Amino acid sequence: MVTQAILYVLIVFVGTGGELCVSRAMKSIGEVTDFRPHAIARVVGRALALRRMWVGITLMAVAFFALLGMLSLAKVSFVFPSTALSYAAGALGGRFFLGERVTPQRWFGVLLVCIGVVLVFLGKG
Amino acid sequence: MTSSQGLHFKTVVLILIMISVAPLGDTFLGKGMKKVGGMTSWAPGDLFHFFFRAFTTGTVWIGIGLLIAFFIAYLVVLSWADYSYVQPASSASYVLIALLAHFVLRETISPLRWAGVAVICAGVFVVGHTHPQTPEHHSW
Repeated sequence: MVTQAILYVLIVFVGTGGELCVSRAMKSIGEVTDFRPHAIARVVGRALALRRMWVGITLMAVAFFALLGMLSLAKVSFVFPSTALSYAAGALGGRFFLGERVTPQRWFGVLLVCIGVVLVFLGKG
Repeated sequence: MTSSQGLHFKTVVLILIMISVAPLGDTFLGKGMKKVGGMTSWAPGDLFHFFFRAFTTGTVWIGIGLLIAFFIAYLVVLSWADYSYVQPASSASYVLIALLAHFVLRETISPLRWAGVAVICAGVFVVGHTHPQTPEHHSW
């Protein structure tokens, strides 16, 4: 149980922190308008040259290893929905770290997603 | 097509790719990790053996390949769309995960959990009707 709790914290909080770093790095590159493979490869190359991107990737890698550990201990249909807290953490992070204007409608959607995931958690079979 | 419609269109296409590929990757990962066996210890040696077994399992690599495809689509969409839009919108993948877990992995899913999936869909619907890009951004 303690192992699962630690893995859960790593997946939700470290993973969300990594995604926020990656999002910030991609915004600094600018909007992608060319979807040809070599153009996308160039964008990925530019992204990988950013330190913030590597911080994000490292945090996401830690969360991924934790996810592998969690998947070895619990059902797929439980593991993924149970990480719902990342939606609230993500919306808060988007608002306060990335300066995104989260509209009331979007907050309401995030709230519904969280309620749904809590139901999934309570319905652990 | 106006630039706003174009923005919505390419955002929807990439999110559809994300919510199709990620659940498949997750299902392969789950199947592979069940073959590996439970993580029972935090001792460095045990962790090394655990992850060694994981990364020498073919099914895990299929899952990782699919998740890399998801990650590229994710990076591209984040270059213009808000994180607080993309993250909840991509949660529609929960529906596919539940279906794949039930029909492919033969997991038992309770009615309460299915109800949860339905509420998640409602939340995704609400988020999906907001504009993917809001003007207020600042660096940190």
